[in-house]
Amino acid sequence: MDMPIPSQRVLDRKAAIVARLRAVLPADAVIDDPAETRAYECDALSAYRCQPMAVVLPRTTEEVAATLKICAADGVPVVPRGAGTSLAGGSMPSEDSVVLGLARMNRVLEVDYDNRFVRVEAGRTNLSVTGAIEADGWFYAPDPSSQLACAIAGNIGMNSGGAHCLKYGVTTNNLLGVTLVTMAGDVVEIGGPYCDAGGLDLLGLICGSEGQLGVVTEATLRILPKPEGARPVLIGFSSNEIAGACVADIIRAGILPVAIEFMDRPCIVATEAFCHAGYPDCEALLIVECEGSEAEIAEQLGLIRQIAMRHDPVEFREAQSEDEAKRIWLGRKSAFGAMGQIGDYMCLDGTIPVSALPQVLRRIGELSVEYGLEVANVFHAGDGNMHPLILYNANEPGQQEQCERLGAEILKACVEAGGCLTGEHGVGIEKRDLMEVQFDAPDLEAQMCVKDVFDPAWLLNAAKVFPLHVSAARRAG
Amino acid sequence: MKVESEGQLAEAIRAASGPLDIVGGGTRPVGCGVGEVLEVGISGISLYEPGALTLVVGAGTPLAEIEAAIAAEGQRLPFEPARWGALLGVSGESTIGGVVAANVSGPRRVQAGACRDSLIGVRYVDGAGTVVKNGGRVMKNVTGYDLVKLMAGSWGTLGVLSEVAFKLLPAAPAQASVVMDIPAGEAVAALSRALGSPYDVSGAGWLPGIGAVVRVEGLAESVAYRAERLAALLAPYGARIERDGSAAIWADLAEVRPFHGRSGDLWRFSIKPSDAPGVIARLGGEVVLDWGGGLIWALVPEGTDVRAKAAPYSGHAICLRGQAAAFEPEAAPVAALSRGLRARFDPRGILNSGRMG
Repeated sequence: MDMPIPSQRVLDRKAAIVARLRAVLPADAVIDDPAETRAYECDALSAYRCQPMAVVLPRTTEEVAATLKICAADGVPVVPRGAGTSLAGGSMPSEDSVVLGLARMNRVLEVDYDNRFVRVEAGRTNLSVTGAIEADGWFYAPDPSSQLACAIAGNIGMNSGGAHCLKYGVTTNNLLGVTLVTMAGDVVEIGGPYCDAGGLDLLGLICGSEGQLGVVTEATLRILPKPEGARPVLIGFSSNEIAGACVADIIRAGILPVAIEFMDRPCIVATEAFCHAGYPDCEALLIVECEGSEAEIAEQLGLIRQIAMRHDPVEFREAQSEDEAKRIWLGRKSAFGAMGQIGDYMCLDGTIPVSALPQVLRRIGELSVEYGLEVANVFHAGDGNMHPLILYNANEPGQQEQCERLGAEILKACVEAGGCLTGEHGVGIEKRDLMEVQFDAPDLEAQMCVKDVFDPAWLLNAAKVFPLHVSAARRAG
Repeated sequence: MKVESEGQLAEAIRAASGPLDIVGGGTRPVGCGVGEVLEVGISGISLYEPGALTLVVGAGTPLAEIEAAIAAEGQRLPFEPARWGALLGVSGESTIGGVVAANVSGPRRVQAGACRDSLIGVRYVDGAGTVVKNGGRVMKNVTGYDLVKLMAGSWGTLGVLSEVAFKLLPAAPAQASVVMDIPAGEAVAALSRALGSPYDVSGAGWLPGIGAVVRVEGLAESVAYRAERLAALLAPYGARIERDGSAAIWADLAEVRPFHGRSGDLWRFSIKPSDAPGVIARLGGEVVLDWGGGLIWALVPEGTDVRAKAAPYSGHAICLRGQAAAFEPEAAPVAALSRGLRARFDPRGILNSGRMG
């Protein structure tokens, strides 16, 4: 993975820059001891590491603004970081950068059930947003699988999704407002506790901009009353194609489950060995979850059963108790852990039109044989967001590169099928160099123009998202 | 001038020597039209996959044509776009590009999100005549910046849409409403109570002559169940269930029928719902409420200084008809960012320059 050559001018001035930061920030907010900055050398894309020059851990929006002002004045690159769980290298530092970590900004600032929102500091973890309101019967809908650890700041940066976004949407659909600090250190309030803001939709632009337009320090989030109940069914099929056809039929029938999850045989086998969820021996399985009162769930699941039966399922298993529901989800929720048990894996995130599912799965199978690496598939089938997991051995020379080449081919296949490179993880450094597969030059130019407006000197997370050769002239300026 | 292809559109913008007044069906004349009229007639459904809930259409496609095509497959646009023609007293056929440019969302906004939340892809021509695409035709897509959202609600000031893509939803087979004969000022508390319940409310508004009204949609048994539970929850407000008349109520509310053919200035507030009772009291004119009180349509005597009279409120107000500036001035740092974006997307400042003030 190429990264820009660090600025010697900045590296030479490290002591002065750190001193300036210390002069305006609390003593414990600035870290420059290499033994301590090591903890920030990577995020969840741990194959790539680089120690930053310094780390700043502010407690207030004012401290964020002060930090950015100093860095802007000195031309110091800044890498914003939520909880460091990005799978795309979204918060990987460069050697000449200051990492701006929001972990200490984790308070709930306002809870308003009448107007259905909460306002939180952006370093708060996703699950703890729901944690603050669930006793009162409310929840925050986006549920990325890292939700125990990941921060709202990162969710906004990457526009994170989750298993239940078929019904509830992704982060951008549940975000009402942000406090944003620009690279110049200006504090800007965008949106608020109302439906549509006036003027241009800057909020929609900031969500998913991967920390390149500003640092989000506070967020106003839409919250929802918890449904009365939820229950999954598990349906086993004799081929990926049949499972794919069943997904399309469920959607066409007018039922909108909260989640439709898909696992293929390699994934089923691995999770069974790992957690013994008791999944059937089959080529593909779906987990479909419906919500509502007991009667409403029964009505929806009855229709799903009728549809599934037309596809001659190997098994149709309806959870009869809370425990059985947990067992149905157990394998799916353990899938990544199960893969980790087998060896190293790379998790892809391409999205395809649901109709292209069988064709793309077939192509992934062919590519897997061609590259000699096993691929297991587990994904959100209702919205076409795939998560092929490529298994490899990082200790075997050349395997990681081979894995990355296979990953690139799979993502190209997703784009060719009418889809995209990333559905919910973000581009980061991981998919940066594939952007030209999906976008033409004017498409990327239009996006980079946006960054020019927010961060004219290209100091914020600048080596991400856009291929280096495409952004080179701007970064050098 | 009318263009019927993206190529013609790009050529027309490149050749333009002055301001262009971009028009779809001309049914949402908000702000001032300045310059030569450029009508976007790029029409037709280019892709519709019911099994994938996705639709891609030319920006000049009439809304009616889209609604008919997807209704035939039992689907609908989630955000329930409303026509404003009769409200604003103009004729013409609403086009989907206009719906997107104005980010028009109807009562279902409270459940299914705004137009911009269902919009998954755009193609547009910027002010320099360059064709740009963003997003695509899949429901989950975080590849690069989200210019799709930026284009929605930009009133044609950043680029002229040539093609738009949506995610759709299955149309609900049944609906019912719960109606409460209470005044507008008291409605918000009742609507908040409904929206804070687990019964998946898909509309919450107030109409003169009817009162506060809450809608549920879905499978028949589920609708019956939830309507009954809501009626019980809202019993203190004198709630009753309306089944047969439900659809008509929501059609009236979406298109603000009580204000059709009426004179006076017309305003649209998007605000924090709990601010609504105060705004309604201070305004004193006639109102229709939607989005649980988060949207106020207000009809006031001509020339009323509405923003000053209604303040304070958290949100903004658009003047749809009247002498006031259509859009509320933005806070300085936000305005600076918006200005910067306009300068990049439309360096000559020729696209709909009078629309957003």
